Amino acid sequence: MIGLEHFLFVAAVLFVIGLYGVLTKRNVTAILMSMELMLNAVNINLIAFSRFITPEAMTGQVFAIFTITIAAAELAVGLALVFRIYHDRNTVDAEQLNRMRW
Amino acid sequence: MMSEYIYTASFYVFAALVIVSALGVVRKTNIMHAALLLVLCFIGVSGLYVLLEADYLAAVQILVYGGAVAIIIILSIMLTHRRRMEETSLANNRGRAAALLGFVFMALLALVIVYTPWSYSPAEPAKLTVFANVLLTGYVLPFEIAAVLLLAAMIGAVLLAKGVEEE
Repeated sequence: MIGLEHFLFVAAVLFVIGLYGVLTKRNVTAILMSMELMLNAVNINLIAFSRFITPEAMTGQVFAIFTITIAAAELAVGLALVFRIYHDRNTVDAEQLNRMRW
Repeated sequence: MMSEYIYTASFYVFAALVIVSALGVVRKTNIMHAALLLVLCFIGVSGLYVLLEADYLAAVQILVYGGAVAIIIILSIMLTHRRRMEETSLANNRGRAAALLGFVFMALLALVIVYTPWSYSPAEPAKLTVFANVLLTGYVLPFEIAAVLLLAAMIGAVLLAKGVEEE
């Protein structure tokens, strides 16, 4: 029987994989992609809690909708920043983006 | 009985799909392959939402992540990379420390999940109309703020990518 713990385990593994990606990737776009993995793990948690702990209230699903909205906004601004950085510095390697202008 | 076997089997299929494709996202050195695996991972997550009886969110997941997010990530990759594709998503030299941190964090989360006494609710999952009522009555202010946030993010993204014309 699949219960809450199974979904929480999958979400935890997905979150840790995303964390590993954020810490080890050099390409800024890849870091943003790993952050999306972590946000998806959070959404799985919210919906699993909503299904198994408070199935009649549905607040977990409402929270997940807001998370998806904010993740989309964050990704749009983040990728615009990546494009801008590439335009100015001609690189998207996070290891080389360690100089401030002033 | 039969449906329970199908539920269990599809849970493990979707869980394996999500985890294997997520590992591919962080291990592939060609960023275009990583982006396509990310889409596969999002579709697996929407399968998990179906198993959690969140049909609406599964549809939103496919539309927003499988569609919009996938397109802007791939567009941004195409706009920014010119060198050899095989080495566009390299790892830095902190891989061991990150893996160690990941294992410790995973062990911590596993302990918490196993030892917490979860109080399952026996109630049936609510209908989608309940979701609409909750979203548009109790959470109507966050709903409107999210709309303003999306507008601000859209304008901000356009300004950032295009650049403000200086005098």
